[in-house]
This record gives sequence, C-alpha cells and structure tokens, in this order.
Amino acid sequence: MSAIAAISTPNAPGGIAVIRISGDTAFEVADAVFRSVNGKKACEMSGYTCAYGFAYDGDERIDDCILTVFRAPNSYTGENVAEISCHGGLYVTKRILRTVLENGAETASAGEFTKRAFINGKIDLTQAEAVMDIISAKGEKELKMAEILREGAAFKKSQSTKEKLIKVLGDLAAWADYPEDDIPEVEPEALKNSLYEIRSELAELIKGYDYGRILRDGIDTVIIGRPNVGKSTLFNCLSGCERSIVTDIAGTTRDVIEESVKIGDLMLRLSDTAGIRETDDIIEGIGVDIAYKRLDEAELIIAVFDGSCPLEKDDLALLERLSGKRAIVVINKSDVSRKIDFDRINELNIQPVYISAKENSGIDEIHTAIENLFEASEINFESPLAANERQKRCIDLSLQNIDEAISAIDSGIMLDAVTVLLDEAVQYILELTGEKATEAVVDEVFSRFCVGK
Amino acid sequence: MSYKMGSFDVAVIGAGHAGVEAALASARLGCKTVLFTISLDQIANLPCNPSIGGTAKGHLVREIDALGGEMGKAADKCFIQSRMLNRGKGPAVHSLRVQADRVLYHNYMKKVCENQENLCVKQAEVADLMIEDGKIVGLHTSLGAEYEVKAAIIATGTYLKGKIHIGEVSFESGPDSALPSKYLSKSLTDSGITIRRFKTGTPCRVHRRSINFDVMEIQNGDDEIVPFSFESDVNDMENKVSCYVAYTNSNTHEIIKSNLHRSPLYAGRIEGVGPRYCPSIEDKIVRFSDKPRHQLFVEPMGLETDEFYLQGMSSSLPEDVQLAFLRSIEGLENVEIMRPAYAIEYDCCDPTELLSTLEFKSVSGLYGAGQFNGSSGYEEAAAQGLVAGINSALKIQGKEQLILDRASSYIGTLIDDLVTKGCSDPYRMMTSRSEYRLILRQDNADQRLTPIGYELGLISQERYDKLTAKIEEIKTEIKRVQKLNIAPSDELNEFLEKNGTAPLSTGCKLADLIRRPQLGYDVLSPFDIQRPKLSAEVCEQVELTIKYEGYISKQLSQIEQMRKLEEKKLPKNTDYSQIRGLRLEAAEKLNIVKPLSIGQASRISGVSPADVSLLMVWLEQQKGAKNAT
Repeated sequence: MSAIAAISTPNAPGGIAVIRISGDTAFEVADAVFRSVNGKKACEMSGYTCAYGFAYDGDERIDDCILTVFRAPNSYTGENVAEISCHGGLYVTKRILRTVLENGAETASAGEFTKRAFINGKIDLTQAEAVMDIISAKGEKELKMAEILREGAAFKKSQSTKEKLIKVLGDLAAWADYPEDDIPEVEPEALKNSLYEIRSELAELIKGYDYGRILRDGIDTVIIGRPNVGKSTLFNCLSGCERSIVTDIAGTTRDVIEESVKIGDLMLRLSDTAGIRETDDIIEGIGVDIAYKRLDEAELIIAVFDGSCPLEKDDLALLERLSGKRAIVVINKSDVSRKIDFDRINELNIQPVYISAKENSGIDEIHTAIENLFEASEINFESPLAANERQKRCIDLSLQNIDEAISAIDSGIMLDAVTVLLDEAVQYILELTGEKATEAVVDEVFSRFCVGK
Repeated sequence: MSYKMGSFDVAVIGAGHAGVEAALASARLGCKTVLFTISLDQIANLPCNPSIGGTAKGHLVREIDALGGEMGKAADKCFIQSRMLNRGKGPAVHSLRVQADRVLYHNYMKKVCENQENLCVKQAEVADLMIEDGKIVGLHTSLGAEYEVKAAIIATGTYLKGKIHIGEVSFESGPDSALPSKYLSKSLTDSGITIRRFKTGTPCRVHRRSINFDVMEIQNGDDEIVPFSFESDVNDMENKVSCYVAYTNSNTHEIIKSNLHRSPLYAGRIEGVGPRYCPSIEDKIVRFSDKPRHQLFVEPMGLETDEFYLQGMSSSLPEDVQLAFLRSIEGLENVEIMRPAYAIEYDCCDPTELLSTLEFKSVSGLYGAGQFNGSSGYEEAAAQGLVAGINSALKIQGKEQLILDRASSYIGTLIDDLVTKGCSDPYRMMTSRSEYRLILRQDNADQRLTPIGYELGLISQERYDKLTAKIEEIKTEIKRVQKLNIAPSDELNEFLEKNGTAPLSTGCKLADLIRRPQLGYDVLSPFDIQRPKLSAEVCEQVELTIKYEGYISKQLSQIEQMRKLEEKKLPKNTDYSQIRGLRLEAAEKLNIVKPLSIGQASRISGVSPADVSLLMVWLEQQKGAKNAT
C-alpha cells in the first residue's frame, strides 16, 4: 500500500517525538528526508536497526534524529515502517512531518496505522471491534476538528479561492458540453490569467501555513469570567505586557484582545474577553455575546472567578457552560480572604488554581495546569494542529495541479487535458469540506449558463 | 378475465430507445424475449429532437456500438446531417452528433426487432407485474393476457401515467399523442417500489413553407463524415440537409413574460420535477432575464416531411401564446404550427433502489432502464437498456452480472451516478461528469468495450479479430516511433521553425517530435521514410497515445487506485445500522444505496473517509470469521 505518515507521539511537549512512516515506499520517503551520519540509507538497513543522523528539508538541516527501520512483515502495521525520532518540540516535529509528506507520503487518516495492522493480520480478529471503535472515535474527533477549523480565517480564504476555481471549471464545462449554445469561448490566455490569480491566492495561503499555525496562532485560548474578577490582569500576567486596559470599573474590556503566549513548548493564542453579565448597555452586550461565542469555539478555556466573594448568578451560568470543555478554573484574589463557595466548582471535577493576578502569584501553577491538560489528553493527530497540516497538504497539492495546468497551457496542450488537472486541483480543495467535484461543477454550469435545448 | 399467452425468459416493457436495446441484447444472448409496446408505430420514436449524439451523448452511442448495441448502426443508416462537435477543444470532448430522419429511424429499428431471432414484438399495455417471494414471475396486459416470465425490464419512458400540459389544458397522454400507460405505476407501488414524478418538454413542429430561411444562419454538416458505428462504411455516407439558426428578441420575451400566468408550471399545475439542462423558453427568460436574446435551431424532421423542429423553444404555454411569440422571431413571422409544444409529466423510479446491474434490490429479476430510471435523452436510455438487457439474460443463464465501472465507460459512469448518487431532476450525461475523460474518448470506445461485448457474445468473431489486429498495429507503431531516431537536418529544422517550434541541435526520438503541440503524427511523415501504410484510425490512436502520454498515465494510476476499492465487494444483505462505530448518517445512506463495493460506498455523499476505513475493517473481520468456520 502507498506510504502514509503521522506523528505517533502525543502532540504535546515531550523529550522526543516520533514520526511514523508506513507503506511500500516508506524507506524511499525516509531517505528523502533523513541523512544518516554513516551514510547508510534506510533502504539498505536491516529490520530492527537504528541510525543516527539529521532530518533535512531540502538542504536545510532541521534537527538531529534517530531513524529506526522495521521491515515487513515485522512491524506494527506489517508493512515497511520507518520511524524518525526527533526532539519533541512541536514546531520541529511538524516541520519534519511536513517534509515527509512533501516527499511522497500521504497523511494517515483516522486510525489508519491500526487499520493496516489489522488488514495485514498483525492484530487479532477478536480485536476488530476495538479497532473499529478507535477509527470511529477518531473519525468523530476529526469531523469535530474540521468544524472548528471552518471558523478559521485560512479555511474561509480557501473557500473563496475554491469558488473561483469552480467558476473556471464551470466555464470550461459549459464551453465543452454546450458547444452550440451561446456561451463565451474559453481563451487559453484568459484562462491562464484566472489561474494566476487563483495560484497567487493559494500560494498566499500556504505561506500562512508555513509559519506554522502552532507558532503563529497557537492553541486558541480564551480567558473568561464575570466583570472585574481580574481577567485583564491575568491576561497581562500571562502575556507579559500591558495590553488590556485594567481599571476597577467593571465592563472595561468590551471587545476581544488577543496575544500569543508561549508556555513551555505550547503556544497559546490568548484572548481576553469582555466580562460576562446580563447588561442593558448595547455595546457591552455585544461584547458579552462575542465572549460566549469565543467560549464555544476555543480549544482551551481559562475561567476566572473572584475568590473574595460568593458565586453570583453570572458565575453559575459560566460554570454550566464549562462542562465537557477543556478548561482551567482559576480563583483570583487569593491575597484577599476567601469567601467563594466550592460546591458548584467541584461538580466540574477540575482542580482549581489559586492565584493573585495583582501580586503575580500562582502563574506558574497555571502553566503547569495547562501543560498537564495537554499532555494528559491524547489530542494526537486529530488535533487542530494536525487537521491543519492536512489542510495545508490539500492546498499544496491543489497548487501543484494549478502549476501543471499553467505550464500545460503554455506549452499548447489542448484544454481537455488542462481541465483534468484543474479537476484534480479543485478535488483537493473540496476534500476540506467533503464535497464532490463533479456535482459542484455541474451545479455551477446550470446555475450560471442558460444552456440546453 | 385472464388468459394465458405463453412463457418467455425476458419481457421488455416499452419499445423506446432503452426497450429496443434491451430486447435486442437479451434475444441476441439467446433468451426468448417479448417486447411490449403500447403502439407498434411508436417503436424507437424520436418524440423530441430529431437527432442522435451530441456532447457526451455521442460517446454513449459509440460505446453502445462497441458493446454490440444497435443505436450507432441505426443512426448511421438514418442520418441526414452529421457533425463532429468540439473539434478544436481536444479529443476527449470531440462529440459526434447527427440529425436523423425520424420516420426512417423508427422503420429501421422496427425492422431490426422484427427480424431478430428469439424476439417477439407485441402491441399491448402491460398492466401489472406478478411477483412471488420477491421474484418476478409474470405479468398481465390490460386485455387480461398473462405471460409467464423469468425477468422483466421496465423501459416505460414518459408513458407511465403520462400527462401532457399545454397552457390551461392538460390530458392523460404518452408522447406524440400515443396512449399513456395507466396501470403499471400502481402495481409497482404495490410491490414496494418508490414512484416519483418528473417532467420534460418539447418545442413546436412547424411547416417548412412558413419559414424564411434567407434571414437565418445556415449550418451545414461536416465534409468528412465520421460514422457512429465502428462497423459502418463511411463511403456511402453523405449530408442531405442543412439546419438553421434564429434568435429570439425583446419582443418575444415580452410576449412570454406577459403570459406567464397562463403557463401550467408557473400556475403550479405541474408537480413533476423538470430537467435543469433543458429549460423551457419561459424558464430561460425568467431565470436569465439579462440575456437580450436566445438562439434557436431550426432542424428538419426528415426527408419525406415538411415538419421542422425548433430546438431551444420548448414550452408549456398555450398554443395561441406559442404562435404569438414564434411569430415575433425574425424568419418565423408567418410560421404555421403543425404540432404545438407541450410539457409532459410521467412516473419514474428512484434509481438508488437499483443495483449497479440495473436490477431492483427488492425484486429479483426486475430491471429498470431509461427515463423510468430518472435519466433523460435517447442515448442515456439506450445505454441503460443495453446493460439491463445483457444482465437479465446473464441472470437467467446463471452467469455473473455485467457491471461497467466508471473508468471503463460513460455508460458505467452514467449508471454509477444514477444508482449511487440518485438524481433530483432528469439526468443528462455530460463530459464533465467523468473524472476519467481523457481515457474515455469516443475514438477508443472499441478498444475499451468491444472485448467485453465479444466475451458476452454480442460481437462477431470477425469484428473482434479486426479489433485485435488494429490494437496490434497501434502498439507496434507506437513502439516504432518511440525508438526511431531523427537526426537534425536543414530540411527538418526549416520545417520545425516554420511550424513555430524549436529546431533540433542533436538527434531525438520521433515520438518526442510528435508530442510537440505544434506538430503531430501526420505532418512528420516526410521525415519518417520507413513509415508503414496504416489506416487513419490507427494513425489517430498513435498520435493521441503519444501526445497525451503523461496525462493518460496519470489517469491510469488513478483508475488503478479506484479499482482496488471497487474489488472489495460488500455483502448484499448488510444491515449497516448493525455495524459498530458507523455514524448514523453514514449507516442510513448505506442502507438506502446498499453499495456493491467499498469503492461505490466511498462515492455516497455523507459517507466519510473514516466510515470507509471502518467498513474495510469490518469487511476483513467478516472474511476472517468466514474462514474460521
């Protein structure tokens, strides 16, 4: 079977991370990325042996690594498997995976290693149901992640490019399928211009991905709580700079303020929100709505409560929304006498962290709590980071096909062949949403052109 | 009162383009076949446009011919004008279309059916089906005749509960004033088959003497005619007529707009779903109101008639409105309507209730074909008819069913689209529906499908031998030009520069020169002295194979991937709601379609890649369990 690859260690900071490549061409892919110190190639190594060397992206050295070779059928999947162990930083690991994908491996889909192991008889038949449960659970998570990513700016941009591409294909399809109707001729030069435009949009998108979402965007984190519990002070503590306006007047932060914060190896995209409370102030009300929306979308929630007074109605409303979410409960104002009641907080099964944002104490505990949360929960390849990597891969392949199409037009290839390349380009972008290309193009033809007898 | 009228292997209900191909295929494969039609005078009628082929449809006709069907031969015998469309747009979209003589076409097909061994043609309305234990066993006609059958193919076209609408008037009718089929729908519904309502329409027929051709654009046939059938002799073919182009204007649009309230569609009297690709003129004017004019084609209906067909002007407006808007068109100021335009509603099935073999999942031995399956067009119908006919015969003979996959043909793509994705409006074939269209060209239909037709017994030994020889010649010649070294010479370089391409400094292979977009196989013959004498078809295949090599190999590898999944067969009676971990939406969709393979399952909308993975594991588990016992 064709080679697939994924990061097979949890997507969280650790000492080392492992990128697993499995399939008929696993060694060829590994050889394109890894160069051993002793000059031996993966293809030449025997099973169960390792080599020390470096992972390269083209000529650029990324990291020093160990390559482990498993020869079929003696591997987890029963196929040829190469495992690159690198230093566990998220950026490095992602970068190596990306290079592996660019050198002929496909992204492993939900539970695919396990599936292959099963199909190759490496896993007992009685375990089939367990395998199916894994695939099903991972598939669910993947779908959920895809939902979350749909809110992202990159995805939205890719959709507008997709529409342009479908429009081009609609032009081509109408022109080819309705030669007798009153349809504008498709001129190669004009087609090329549209493709250049699409091409530059896709390239722009990829450039965005190349900085690495983890570096640029990080984990989408929202600080939320009733007005004046100290959200903005905490935000400033975590981000290390004065950006949120901190005053004693409740309702100061009316919009969302964002900052990227590095915690260990994790990058948080931290946003401070307006305090949530029932309000008559229209503008503040909008801020509150935004805060709740952010809470629903966020990958991590830092909920802040005031330890110096009992829980209020707005606090209870917030607690209710936290259940089932990846959240940290922070009790602020530990410097003032503690009056908060814990019954409702304990129901959530989240160990609260006590801090004094004003005195900058307890911040390390928040760091530890966040790291624990991400290490403990197996976010692995269905994480937004990896889902993101898949998006990037799709856009990459789409771009490759557009490039091929442009050069085909340049060398005078007939448009029927060019169209097939564009079909493939749109297919990859459509993969992001699970739509089917021919349907989209046929719909486009009928909605835009007046064709038919 | 019922009386017995004998027993047959296969009964075909309806003798349109689907029914005729189905009956001929089944009879030719040795099954005792009966073909029922409501009127013998309507066999293979062309009730709408008098033409065969067109984009993607031309591909279908060539594929039907390559498999051993009749449509291509009939079109070659009865055409009065022939054109290859899309010549400048690349070989994948070249499409043949002919104007056919409607009466000749009917006569030809009727005669072929009458002369076919094993085939009885009968005028009768089939009223109900006899189904026992989920299996078709016989049928009754409206006169009470009972026929015992082992298989039946429903090819009722637009006859099934047909209802014609012209303005405020509507009446029960089949196409071209034939009687409708009144009873069969109920029998089908009673057997658990879902019946839906679609509609389509046709424009006016007008008298030749009332048309002023002088003010219209003329459209002539090709000088060099390409036949549909790989067996037809091109030498006795000629164009006999011209077609004409005219245009509507703002006046026409005004007349239509001010009478929209009299249209049954806009007044809500039509419940059937109409085709998107074949809008009526009132639809076009409403939906594309910014277009200042719409074109119409004026096409002769035959050699022995003065009727002309007005392509592009289908309508369900009242006859007086039709006359008024037609007379607003330049060249039709004095037009005389002979047959008014009409919309027709009819019953059809939901094709997702069919297997890829076109057999109903719920009734063994019962097949559907043509417009009854939700498609539209003569060619789409004939293609399905041929497959249904072949499969009913194979079934009776206890042989494996024929399933053409998407990579084999447009026929396979058409059927897969219908049974896997279903259709919400009448389905028309388009080249953009095929992801493998660089391989599925009309010029190589014989190489793709004739071996299958031969294997089935629908292609003669002689024809098969000819094809084998042709394929051999193509292969040998490709090898030769790939090996042949061409040295640079003044003469050659002058030729290359004249054609706008770079001269040679060192030698290269002839194939490399052929591949250059500015050049081709034929033009290089002066520099290829040992070139063998080969037929035009062989030369064409050599050139295309070389020019498109990169693209073709890319498509071939996609096909290989697709076929691997296609080979993973899913058990017929799977209850997908019982498969652990499958999402509810996926299980529901899978239970409706009941895909035959993992490949087909992956094409169902709402089935995710994770669902497909799950199915693969489940399938392995089932296999393993079977081996264990």
